Amino acid sequence: MLADKDRVFTNLYGWLGADLKSAQARGNWDRTKDLLAKGREWIVEEVKKSELRGRGGAGFPTGMKWSFMPKESKDGRPSYLVINADESEPGTCKDRDIIRHEPHTIVEGALLASFAMGAHACYIYIRGEFHSEAVALQKAIDEAYEAKLIGKNACGSGWDFDLYLHRGAGAYICGEETALLNSLEGKKGFPRNKPPFPAGAGLYACPTTVNNIETIAVVPEILRRGASWFASVGREKNRGTKVFCLSGHINNPCNVEEAMSIPLKELIEKHGGGVRGGWDNLLAVIPGGSSTKLLPKDISETVLMDFDSLRTAGSSLGTAAVIVMDKSTDIVYAIARLARFYWHESCGQCTPCREGTGWMYRIMQRMVKGEADVTEIDMLLDIGSEIEGHTICAHGDASAWPIQGLIKHFRPEMERRIMEYRQKAAA
Amino acid sequence: MSGALKRTDFVQPREFKFSKENMKLVEAHIAKYPKGRQASAVMPLLDIAQRQNDNWIPEAAMEEIARLLDMTRIKVFEVATFYTMYNLEPRGKHHLQFCTTTPCWLMGSADVVKACEKHLGIHMGETTKDGQFTMTEVECLGACVNAPVVQRNGDEFYEDLTPDNVIPVIEALKAGKQPKIGSQTGRQTSLGPLGATSLAKQAHDTGNQIMGEPAPAKKAAKAAAVPTEPKDSTPTDTKPKGKKK
Amino acid sequence: MPKLTIDGLEVTVEPGTSIIQAVEQLGIEIPRFCYHDKLSVPANCRMCLVEVEKSPKPVASCAMPCADDMKVYTNSPMAQKARKGVIEMLLINHPLDCPICDEGGECDLQDQTVAYGFDRSRYREEKRAVKDKDLGPLVKTVMTRCIHCTRCVRFGEEIAGVEELGVLNRGEYLEIGTYIQQLVTSEMSGNIIDICPVGALTSKPYEFTARPWELRKTQSVDVSDAVGSNIRIDTRGGEVLRVLPRLHEDVNEEWISDKARFCIDGLKNQRLDRPYIRQNGKLQPANWPQAFEEIAKRLKGVKGERIGAVVGDLADCESIIALKDFMRTLGSTNIECRQDGAQFDASEPCGWRFNTTIAGIEKADAILLIGTNPRTEAALINARIRKTWLAKHIKIGVIGQQIDLNYPYKYLGAGPETLEELAKGKGAFADVLLKAQAPMLILGPGAVCRDDGLEIHALARKVAEKYNMLRDGWNGFNLLHTQASRVGALELGFTGGDLDKMLKGDVLYLLGADEIPVNRIGKDTFVIYQGHHGDRAAARADVILPGAAYTEKNAIYVNNEGRPQLAKQAVFAPGEAREDWKIIRALSEIAGKALPYDDIAQVRARLVEANPIFGAIDAIKPATWKPFGKDGDCDKSPFGEYIANFYMTDAISRASKVMAECTDAFEQGKKEKTGTHG
Repeated sequence: MLADKDRVFTNLYGWLGADLKSAQARGNWDRTKDLLAKGREWIVEEVKKSELRGRGGAGFPTGMKWSFMPKESKDGRPSYLVINADESEPGTCKDRDIIRHEPHTIVEGALLASFAMGAHACYIYIRGEFHSEAVALQKAIDEAYEAKLIGKNACGSGWDFDLYLHRGAGAYICGEETALLNSLEGKKGFPRNKPPFPAGAGLYACPTTVNNIETIAVVPEILRRGASWFASVGREKNRGTKVFCLSGHINNPCNVEEAMSIPLKELIEKHGGGVRGGWDNLLAVIPGGSSTKLLPKDISETVLMDFDSLRTAGSSLGTAAVIVMDKSTDIVYAIARLARFYWHESCGQCTPCREGTGWMYRIMQRMVKGEADVTEIDMLLDIGSEIEGHTICAHGDASAWPIQGLIKHFRPEMERRIMEYRQKAAA
Repeated sequence: MSGALKRTDFVQPREFKFSKENMKLVEAHIAKYPKGRQASAVMPLLDIAQRQNDNWIPEAAMEEIARLLDMTRIKVFEVATFYTMYNLEPRGKHHLQFCTTTPCWLMGSADVVKACEKHLGIHMGETTKDGQFTMTEVECLGACVNAPVVQRNGDEFYEDLTPDNVIPVIEALKAGKQPKIGSQTGRQTSLGPLGATSLAKQAHDTGNQIMGEPAPAKKAAKAAAVPTEPKDSTPTDTKPKGKKK
Repeated sequence: MPKLTIDGLEVTVEPGTSIIQAVEQLGIEIPRFCYHDKLSVPANCRMCLVEVEKSPKPVASCAMPCADDMKVYTNSPMAQKARKGVIEMLLINHPLDCPICDEGGECDLQDQTVAYGFDRSRYREEKRAVKDKDLGPLVKTVMTRCIHCTRCVRFGEEIAGVEELGVLNRGEYLEIGTYIQQLVTSEMSGNIIDICPVGALTSKPYEFTARPWELRKTQSVDVSDAVGSNIRIDTRGGEVLRVLPRLHEDVNEEWISDKARFCIDGLKNQRLDRPYIRQNGKLQPANWPQAFEEIAKRLKGVKGERIGAVVGDLADCESIIALKDFMRTLGSTNIECRQDGAQFDASEPCGWRFNTTIAGIEKADAILLIGTNPRTEAALINARIRKTWLAKHIKIGVIGQQIDLNYPYKYLGAGPETLEELAKGKGAFADVLLKAQAPMLILGPGAVCRDDGLEIHALARKVAEKYNMLRDGWNGFNLLHTQASRVGALELGFTGGDLDKMLKGDVLYLLGADEIPVNRIGKDTFVIYQGHHGDRAAARADVILPGAAYTEKNAIYVNNEGRPQLAKQAVFAPGEAREDWKIIRALSEIAGKALPYDDIAQVRARLVEANPIFGAIDAIKPATWKPFGKDGDCDKSPFGEYIANFYMTDAISRASKVMAECTDAFEQGKKEKTGTHG
């Protein structure tokens, strides 16, 4: 278990104030000017050495992403940092706690990261539903301006830095980085084709890096404590601490910061207070937010909560949002409800996703009742394969995965329902 | 977004102008974006218009926003119809948005919905006759460890709901009172109901329960981190100072 | 230059070429719905997915630039599966109403389903239904058929410059719509019918008229303005059913104006299908010999100087030369094609042509519009200006009316004074023109259809000379015409007559001239009207000779650039109407002055003899720069509006019910609008 001294977010639960003074008492904004004085290259190098991987779901190495940004503007275009706080993946509510209780880690991280990428302006895109959170974050931004930590000559470093908050208005797809950029430009949240990648032409067609808000929030602590500290936590290639969300049928649903690679079972037992009715009452776990494929009990027993272990297990870490389902769960409905989610949140521009998500959702609705043909189970997989990998963004893939997970591990249950429905209909 | 409500029993106002206070907010938002990129402000402006106009955006407001931002009306309309938080037709005074996505459903959101439907005498997607309440189904609100969750008017969350504890929330709203925001079971934000499993010292110092340990004598007074509506709105704050509900 | 292999074939392409373009260069077909080579690339239909080595997922070939050593497979199992999937997805919510769909037989979805799709449906759920939209009298919508390729939206935004269509809602509820029941008001809206890959947008006037395989297709040119848009005329059983654009990159690309496309129902109304002779004050039906005899009788003994001839806006070059030759044999030099009273100098081609050429507009970096509204006077030239503006954000200045253009411009002033200042090097736009590498000006009919037209013509020339609009390989001076016949007539020298004198002469020969001031024709003037419509002038005629419309004859038209193009006969003229040059030839014989040509080859040889440009169809011979116009003072009055109603500008469009509906729907609405469009 992660030692308390190694936790970045010591006010995750809001026991203490979120204001600047309280944040400074916890160590935020400590020697920020000195960190800036070490220069852009040092920051990027340090983040590379820390082996920090993006916390938004894809797990791309953060330092490497930053190094794609132009070292200097040759054509007068400014560079931008855009922070993704459009936390909308079902099961996930980690960013919410960082925003409302640790906003100064974000503001400080935004300054350091922007400086490292040569950006004088940074936009934080926060989901519209997080209204109170937006107010809390805006308050921290205002405090930082007031204290001259950001703005002209931020922290007395000579670097000018502006930080703006932009609220969304209800669209999961805006968590996709290029949809987010379109939304920020005042357009519909349609994901963009790549290339061009944001580092070449992102916000307002300028070089842009989009980072998850948790990624940015851990940066100041990495720089202060040193890359080696962060890299000492977790397993190889899966380093650092991570905020996990534990929801569903557990005794102690909570958010908790833990070491990467903590065993799933340990996470559920130690922090989640155990599965409702005991470990043997466990049916399945969705380990990393709605799009990740569910794991049945036997795999949940041994899998580690990190990028590689979960991939080997046929799922992924995603946003590290663990959704626990005990044996009372209608597992087909649980996944059908996710199918509805992906149908509802499809932006609609790509044919396979616009049409396919609704198709799968409707079949899944029938599967809940068993009102289907057994061959339609394989057809679901086939439809999924017509969507997966065929769309501009990963929403199409994400819509197919939960259903693939269900069929892989719970096909007999689906077949049983179909048989039962038939028998009832015959009688 | 279409697919939601389709009401015809209302009239579009012919004109819309931002109030004086809101106009200041509008300008502050436009100022956040580089010159020539004022279209970026379309989302905050739609939000302000909705708040000023009793929770929905009339066509006249979209036209005014198009004018202010030098956008075509169709582009504003595209944005307004894309995002679910914009209401293009009237809603009740209290627009209750019920999350029913899997994490909330696992924790009983269906029962919470049923209890509210029974209590208010309306179905999902409907508005009470007195115009007080509208119930709509929404997707994951991002408070899953405190499921089930209901949001009101796109602002505050009511969390850890049960068919029993959701009714007092509705009753308080009906009576014009502000119910307690956040957990309805007394949880400290996303801390587990059984208590802290990390940060033992802080938990102890602030008088919080630690999982598996005896309950602390009394809670520390200063632990007041449940987010409440702030009184001091900043210029770029998205909550306009105009109309108070 | 990237070198890659496509299906094993090596190809080298220009940098920036997309895979789909490279594949096309090799003649391999990649199916697509959203991709259109004249529009931006959203890559959202996903039909053009191909396999690219080292990419784990198939790649949208329309959006992926070619790179060195790329290995592309357009027909691998991965690509085939992707296409099959897309077709299946497109069809699940597409109504299978092909038997009652006007797109049937020329539908991309239908064709590609046959070529790439499944042979049966696996979809058992309910289908989506979408409410139709009212886009006005031209475009019929069946929105349930829409596959959301967004071509129509992009056409509006990028080509037509009217952002009235948009993509509303999201996900499965995605809809193409307008801003709350707003009409699409563009002079080019019909093109969205052509680019719609399914039957969501079809032609309203053509609704349920014919199947494509029943049609005979004739390649021709449009005469509704002086652009010379290339068209295809679709006919069945002697009836013109529709007009479609034909690709000509240098003229109209692949668009045509709504008037060119939809005025054709006017070809069926008000037609002159037999000769008439006025007897006792009333026009009585007659036959050809009677009509010719009547004219011959009246011509006898009349002095040449008392005879005049005016060529109308739709006349072809064969009939113009025949009429000119006929008039010469009658001893008359009273000939004129500028029936609208335009006063520019007709002596030098450089003074009347669109010298820059239409495609040349794209090279311009500053444009000065003088007394013109290109949007109504030459919609396709306007589209080219917009395209250039969109690509380079060039500077555009306007002298004349404050018009509603679909690109921003700087308004400089209302009339000649502003032009005079500019000629002196003064004014805000002087700097722009001075700094420009390729400046051009367009002088429009609003500036020359006035008494001081000659002076303004000279003034505009001075502006062109002052701002260096004439350099090696660049001629930035342009006179814009709206009449299909005008430049051809000028090239043939059909000018020089005094219009007022001719109107009061003894005999007046009107070759489809309906825009002359009919009320000023002399009481005793004998009027011969040769044309195809009982429009404005026919009512005043003493003898009517029924001619053929542009769809009914093989003829040459010279467009504004000086480009001779061929119109081909698609149908026969109604009743006893005949091809126009033949009528003049026959009349000349009866009048005892037989013209020396008996077939069209001889007429065309005569055209080449008269002006060598007729020897090279579709080519432009650049005009040499020479002085033109007349120095002198200009009137201070502002330049006027030349076309008040885009939809009705000639005898055909005035006879069109569809154009009348457009006038009601669009022009009336325009007057109520308050200037701040879209």
